[in-house]
Amino acid sequence: MIKIAQLSCGTEYSGVQGEIENAASTVGAKMVAPDLDLKDVDSALEEFGFIPTSPQLRMMIARAVQLAHGRYDADAVFIATCFRCAEGALVRNEVRRYIQNHTRLPVVTYSFTERTKSGQLLTRMEALVTIVSRKDLLARERQVGLTAGIDSGSTTTKALIMKDNEIIGKYWLPTGEVIASAEEALEKAIEAAGIARNDIEAIGVTGYGRFTLGKHFKAKLIQEELTVNSKGAVWLADKQRGEATIIDIGGMDNKAITVRDGIPDNFTMGGICAGASGRFLEIVAKRLKVDITELGKLADAGDYKRINMNSYCSIFGIQDLVTSLAAGSKIEDVASAACHSVAEQVYEQQLQEIDVRQPVIQVGGTSLISGMVTAMRNILGIDPIVPKDSQFIGAVGAALLASGFIEG
Amino acid sequence: MKVFIVPPNSLILFDLVERFGHEPLSAMKAVQERLRNLEVDSPPINVTPEDVKRGLKYAGIEVPSGIRGRLALWGPLIDEAEAAIIMEEAPYFFGCVGCHRTNEMVKYLLRKRNIPILEVRYPTDEEEAKAMVVKIKEFLEGLR
Repeated sequence: MIKIAQLSCGTEYSGVQGEIENAASTVGAKMVAPDLDLKDVDSALEEFGFIPTSPQLRMMIARAVQLAHGRYDADAVFIATCFRCAEGALVRNEVRRYIQNHTRLPVVTYSFTERTKSGQLLTRMEALVTIVSRKDLLARERQVGLTAGIDSGSTTTKALIMKDNEIIGKYWLPTGEVIASAEEALEKAIEAAGIARNDIEAIGVTGYGRFTLGKHFKAKLIQEELTVNSKGAVWLADKQRGEATIIDIGGMDNKAITVRDGIPDNFTMGGICAGASGRFLEIVAKRLKVDITELGKLADAGDYKRINMNSYCSIFGIQDLVTSLAAGSKIEDVASAACHSVAEQVYEQQLQEIDVRQPVIQVGGTSLISGMVTAMRNILGIDPIVPKDSQFIGAVGAALLASGFIEG
Repeated sequence: MKVFIVPPNSLILFDLVERFGHEPLSAMKAVQERLRNLEVDSPPINVTPEDVKRGLKYAGIEVPSGIRGRLALWGPLIDEAEAAIIMEEAPYFFGCVGCHRTNEMVKYLLRKRNIPILEVRYPTDEEEAKAMVVKIKEFLEGLR
């Protein structure tokens, strides 16, 4: 049983403790609270250096210190405080940094509301468990044999065939009915690869539809997209060794992941707000009457500074863009402002939760929109690497990891 | 040496640090540029929206903007501080009529720097005041 240490404040009285425990037990883990003697609290606070007013946040810090000193064994750490609590937000971030500086445990942070449900926590918990329990599998750097990967994303379904560490067939299409979309993508990828379906030795599935597809295809690997995408990204970018940061702005949610030797050690996952996603860019393209594939070039020809954009929100942000168009702004500038807005929100909401390490690998469907890459470059001051086939990271990662099940 | 003072706009601490031959790092120093800089749209203002974004280096997006704005000003000074004096339980008129959460964070950031820090309490009578000034004097002289 994987033990996830819970460092939190407010969960009991927010009605989410049960949801946290449900999410953990669904992925075969158990939430535990590091043992604490009350006399340890003061010395822990002194060592930590932050003395919050809230007694429960003080306990949270003291528990973190117990973990850092190895006085309590856990496999991973879940750090959570209430959304909208200033002191909680300060402590949560600093506890996360402290744990990462003092231990090698994978960490996930979360700020919850009373509406948080176990489903929202599932992918994060699953990723923690995968990092702990499948270290050997995640350490795979080469794909062997003939395997397929299917990524059933919120917007698109991708399928890909790999043979002996090379991509030999791939296909993507907009996601409709999950199984039908995956069947079509896989058939077309098989056709492109010039193989027979029976030749495939193992299938790996990831993405929102992974559990449904896992059963349908009798997949060897059914795994959340945080670890799978990390693997796919470092393979595609040929950065399997050392550190890297992966930015994956998807159709529905975003991931920012730091990796060491291809294994994630910290990640954040957005997804509550459509303003920082591919969906927002789709709406913009539609409003500008251009194909989404043309939006990037259009943005590169514009200047976001000429647009007054006061909101990231997919409703109010669009309103700003519509107002700008009505006032006679150029569509290039509007496209640029839209890309800048998404990049800025990813930066402000997610990248400050992780310590960005170079190189930065930008992947996912939105990495094909050149204006998005330009916007990330402007904001980070770092030139992101966009590997070939960057939208196929999930499928590549799944095919690569699935090959771990066919080797002796 | 560069000595950060808490509360960051305490005139008494500023004066003591300067009097004993050190450079005080204070809110006055951080705000001064914004009050005088003609490039800032409508001075005098303490922070700009860009400053608040820069404050993300010190506090996450869910931290209220007032904390991030303050940290955008004081964070860089904390980074360059070589020592600090922290005055606890100071009344409003002594220093910043500020945000308690920011104060917590400022003290934490200072403690993390592993620099010499003197922590004193606001004195309640003349004897305590004298003792406090002596303590500060000894601390500042010891920094040389």
